[in-house]
Amino acid sequence: MAAQQTPVAAENGTAEPQSPADPRLIVTRTSPAGLLAAGLRRLRGGELGPVPVIVGLIVIAAVFQSLHGRFLSPQNLSNLTVQVAAVGLMTTGVIMVLLLGEIDLSIGSVAGVSASITAVLAVRYGLPEWVAIAAAVAAGLAIGLLQGTIFAKVGVPAFVVTLAGLLGWQGLQLQLLGGDGTINVSDSGAIAALTQTYFVPAVGWFVAVVAVGSFALSTAFGERRRAAAGLTAKPVGEQLLRTALLAVPVFGAVAVFNQFKGVPLAFLIFVGFVVAFDLMLRKTRYGRMVFAVGGGAEAARRAGINVDLIRISVFGLASMLSALGGVILVSRSFSASLDTAAGEELMMAIAAAVIGGTSLFGGRGNAYSALLGGLVLGAITSGLYLLQMGTPVRYMITAVVLLVAVVLDAVSRRSRKAHARGG
Amino acid sequence: MSTPVLELSGISKRFGAVQALSDVDLRIDAGEVVALLGDNGAGKSTLVKVIAGAHAADGGRILWEGEPVSITRPGDAQRLGIATIYQDLALCDNLDIVANLFLGNEQMRLGTLDEVEMERKARELLDSLSVKIPSLRVPVASLSGGQRQIIAIARALLGEPKVVMLDEPTAALGVAQTAQVLDLIERLRDRGLGVILISHNMADVRAVADRAGVLRLGRNAGDFQVEETSYEEIVAAITGASDNPVARRNERVAASQTGDE
Ligand SMILES: Nc1ncnc2c1ncn2[C@@H]1O[C@H](COP(=O)(O)OP(=O)(O)OP(=O)(O)O)[C@@H](O)[C@H]1O
Ligand SMILES: [Mg+2]
Repeated sequence: MAAQQTPVAAENGTAEPQSPADPRLIVTRTSPAGLLAAGLRRLRGGELGPVPVIVGLIVIAAVFQSLHGRFLSPQNLSNLTVQVAAVGLMTTGVIMVLLLGEIDLSIGSVAGVSASITAVLAVRYGLPEWVAIAAAVAAGLAIGLLQGTIFAKVGVPAFVVTLAGLLGWQGLQLQLLGGDGTINVSDSGAIAALTQTYFVPAVGWFVAVVAVGSFALSTAFGERRRAAAGLTAKPVGEQLLRTALLAVPVFGAVAVFNQFKGVPLAFLIFVGFVVAFDLMLRKTRYGRMVFAVGGGAEAARRAGINVDLIRISVFGLASMLSALGGVILVSRSFSASLDTAAGEELMMAIAAAVIGGTSLFGGRGNAYSALLGGLVLGAITSGLYLLQMGTPVRYMITAVVLLVAVVLDAVSRRSRKAHARGG
Repeated sequence: MSTPVLELSGISKRFGAVQALSDVDLRIDAGEVVALLGDNGAGKSTLVKVIAGAHAADGGRILWEGEPVSITRPGDAQRLGIATIYQDLALCDNLDIVANLFLGNEQMRLGTLDEVEMERKARELLDSLSVKIPSLRVPVASLSGGQRQIIAIARALLGEPKVVMLDEPTAALGVAQTAQVLDLIERLRDRGLGVILISHNMADVRAVADRAGVLRLGRNAGDFQVEETSYEEIVAAITGASDNPVARRNERVAASQTGDE
């Protein structure tokens, strides 16, 4: 195996044509063994990537399936994905904040306010439901921009600003709902449709084909451009492998969904936001700036980045997604109540981000953490529910999983330092 | 004599009760390395920050290629063609070399980052500077101090500046890495750039600088052609006396050596 890590000088298999590569550079060879060796090297270097959480997910699924035969049934898996959508959206937002190296403790309360705004506008004021949804999401955006401005411009630590938000917005939620405490929404309107809609099988297959196809095409074109520009490109074998690694879960999920009611809209919304945020983070100037601010605010400022604007906008986006999460919560229970999003949602959203692999130390992470971390927590919740174990056990197990994730984060940070792979 | 690319006259800057700069003059020609010398707190970094637009001067005149200009914000200096390399906090550790080189100035294609073009240009730039870096896609945290400094300098060069200012670029570097950075400074001069180099290391200054401007307590304290000036003269200007700690130590060392024989 070690022989696969030959310096380029010895073998010129993949060296760039333009400038001779540095002899110190270890190049991954195209053979399967070479890819495996490269993978192991990255693991040891602290670049764990999504491997631990995917392994964890498989282990969790295997354990629950062995304890309860219905865990992996299409119905349970489908319900599970609808259940994770609301907190998953909140996680997607909080990941942006974590990338800055900050934290937003108000996301649960923002989701609660958004839920109450949705219900109050739709039921008490009789506005069209989509107007109520839009207003709630806009209110979330405004709250985030306000908190972000106080953090960025006044210089109050984000932790404290959002702690005030945690309390304040929950107060507003109670105020809005008033004496009765619960407002029921129609079970046939736009709000309910968000979680009650399932797509016919053909739509699911179509989405899967488009997703995997565009991934494969963009990879192929991207690597061809790299090769044409004289840069190291991924060999075709690796491109195919990556596409296959994406195709298996995507088509597998659609197949499972289609055995129940079809692809759920709520999950599609969640995954859609994850993909959109991932593209935004990796492919746009804005995303690059978010990483830069998280990795070194002063360096970013000197590079001409408007650090305050980035911070304010990130807090705005995070709250906006939390508000959308709040709407989904209303949709699932057909109601907004005093304890909508008032409990564990905040903790679960942050835990999911860290479990999914986004660092608490800022500057490292990705949008897919929301999906992976959300599925882990969703699987635990669902499995324990099937086993008729209640909240106490779930809290304790979730705490252990979170602790493992944070320890992995800290250890991999240390090992990255030791292997000089960056903060 | 040709017009200097950058000429400062009568620059003053005050921080509260501290008059950091008073009535300072400085001139840089194209293709010239000017060392800016002075003891700790003499005002060197402050002067560099005034030129870079990080602090606006309270008074004085700045001429750019003979024309009076006002530099009040970092953007002003960048637009003129003045690049500054600060000693620290210049790079984002979590981003790779390509991302750092183009930070704030990314190449775009179809509305998305053009990673291919950026990597190609980065490779070209580093090759042109004869800089050897194994991979451009590793986070800069994995680079050595000298490599990081070189990336920071290369980054400044992407804007095709006419004047480059380096604040203690070799302070934390080993012998070999210092030599790399000094080589790079010479290459900048050969390209016709004006270079302002702050350094406490007289060996570095003697190696690459053409001229040395000395600041003491925020005032001009001498302007020397490095070739024609002795080490003692420059030290005397920095410390402000021929009877200075450095001279006393040298005398003591010399005396004890003759005593030993
Ligand atoms: N932002 C600031 N606020 C207040 N005082 C400052 C500020 N920056 C510099 N000073 C003061 O101005 C004087 C000159 O500082 P400066 O950093 O320019 O010195 P220097 O010549 O670069 O010293 P060194 O060799 O130690 O880097 C010092 O007395 C310093 O305390
Ligand atoms: Mg200084």
